[in-house]
Amino acid sequence: MSVYGPAVKIHPVVLASIGDSYERRNEGAVRVIGTLLGTIEKHSVEITNCFSVPHNESEDEVAVDMEFAKNMYELHKRVSPSEVIIGWYATGFDITEHSVLIHEYYSREATNPIHLTVDTALQSGKMNIRAYVSAQMGVPGKTVGVMFTPLSVKYIYYDTERIGVDLLQRTRVTPSRTKGLTSDLSQVAGSASRVQDMLTTVLTYIEDVLSGKGTADNSVGRFLMDLINKVPTISAEDFETMLNSNINDLLMVTYLSNLTQAQIALNEKLVLL
Amino acid sequence: MASRKDSTSTTTTTAVVSSSGGGTLDSPVRQIQIEGLVVLKIIKHYQEEGQGSEVVQGVLLGLVVEDRLEITNCFPFPQHTEDDADFDEVQYQMEMMRSLRHVNIDHLHVGWYQSTFYGSFVSRALLDSQFSYQHAIEESVVLIYDPIKTSQGSLSLKAYRLTPELMEICKEKDFTPEALKKANIGFEHMFEEVPIVIKNSHLISVLMWELEDKSTVADKHELLNLSSSNHLEKSLQLLMDRVDDMSQDIVKYNTYSRNLSKQTQQKHQYVQRRQQENVQRLSRGEPPLAEEDISKLFKPPQPPPRMDTLLIAGQINNYCHNVKEFTSQNLGKLFMAEALQGHNS
Repeated sequence: MSVYGPAVKIHPVVLASIGDSYERRNEGAVRVIGTLLGTIEKHSVEITNCFSVPHNESEDEVAVDMEFAKNMYELHKRVSPSEVIIGWYATGFDITEHSVLIHEYYSREATNPIHLTVDTALQSGKMNIRAYVSAQMGVPGKTVGVMFTPLSVKYIYYDTERIGVDLLQRTRVTPSRTKGLTSDLSQVAGSASRVQDMLTTVLTYIEDVLSGKGTADNSVGRFLMDLINKVPTISAEDFETMLNSNINDLLMVTYLSNLTQAQIALNEKLVLL
Repeated sequence: MASRKDSTSTTTTTAVVSSSGGGTLDSPVRQIQIEGLVVLKIIKHYQEEGQGSEVVQGVLLGLVVEDRLEITNCFPFPQHTEDDADFDEVQYQMEMMRSLRHVNIDHLHVGWYQSTFYGSFVSRALLDSQFSYQHAIEESVVLIYDPIKTSQGSLSLKAYRLTPELMEICKEKDFTPEALKKANIGFEHMFEEVPIVIKNSHLISVLMWELEDKSTVADKHELLNLSSSNHLEKSLQLLMDRVDDMSQDIVKYNTYSRNLSKQTQQKHQYVQRRQQENVQRLSRGEPPLAEEDISKLFKPPQPPPRMDTLLIAGQINNYCHNVKEFTSQNLGKLFMAEALQGHNS
């Protein structure tokens, strides 16, 4: 198979899944492993799904339930036939000798599998998420070893995923880690206040530069020019007419839907007479 | 192993709930708590598999804690493409649950989810499925995910259950007008909406932080997008179709009631004529004619099932509700745009 480019793309659902299976691990298990599913394109790999696989690990041996892995893969394939096994993941900071063995198992399933480590124990203060591909090293013919070369990890989202992740981000703020789903105008208000915050940041930066406190950056200046030019200059009357016609459309639709609702309520009452 | 605690309803009011949510619910589930993982999985499932077909469905797993329903995981259903879908489904479900139990995921069925297209989900199929779920497991819910509304800027996920009255009716399978009148069900009392709360564990919160750190600030403010006519057109189109269906149904019901009244009139006339004849015969000294069984002569017309009407009315209500929400948001956006222009000019 072709050598992968230096980046691996991961969807957020994979990370959430890994975190969840780590939390549900069996008593005494230090780490969790599982299979990664995704799609391979010409020069990039996209990881879109994963499931955990039960395994036992002790000092000298490691046992992975490959039957289970195969079964799960079959089931998943029925839902999304385009996903293939890309590699496997493990929680924990380092790569151990057992990882090499497990990697060999997975080499049989997929060509050139990717190994992902997620540091759930937060050993270095942050959660390190790294990806590796194995490469042969050593003297051919004599001792051959395996080296894991790191790849860079990028996160990509579908549009709707981005919105879902935004909502989840906001659960970090409340102490009970919960967030209700808002509706209607409060969403628009929330969005508007976010834009306002961004504008305030930009304004403070500009003021700093103008008063000499901050350094002027040319590229930022160019972005600002783009920003100002993006607001279209429409003559006042044209804008009035556009705005009014839009508002009229919306009001008419609201009126019609209210009318329809009244109609069906009336019909209901008449029938139940 | 997740064990289900027996939950008894704790409210003291007996208010009937309308589908607009809020207020006290006299059902065993007051709130739904969803993990972030489930939300992401549902979004991903629709995104990848649901582009062409009508709906994507899946099963929700979790447990019940006091009066909260916690949904901790989910798995999707394959599409109905082959004919042996039935057998495949049950087997698939069994295998999935067994496998998930091995990795300590809650394997308790608590409901199902479905994607919808512009809010058109009130259908016979949904009713039947939800009824069978709710019959088997009292606290189950159906999560409706609206991908089009979500792509416009805000996650649209709603949880519904059937009201107890509707459950009764479905159990009897008696959809005649009289039965519905007795139960006093309007289209607003069919489903009750349960408020949803999203919760993340600490580890997932750390993951989220890492995501935000690493990913670029590609904050697409879709919500502030002003172009609305496309969405409105589609919604109104669907609304018009439904109203057409509704009017057809109403015509059917009208003909039925007209037939019924005509028939009662005929019966009345017949009985009167009989009595007159009998009186005449008695006056002439002949034996009276035997009273014939009227009901055999005049077969009563078949009353049309009212369930479809209820469903259509509920659907129309839902459409109207969505449209109004959409227009109110857009009005807000338009006024904001006006303010922006006002500053510039």
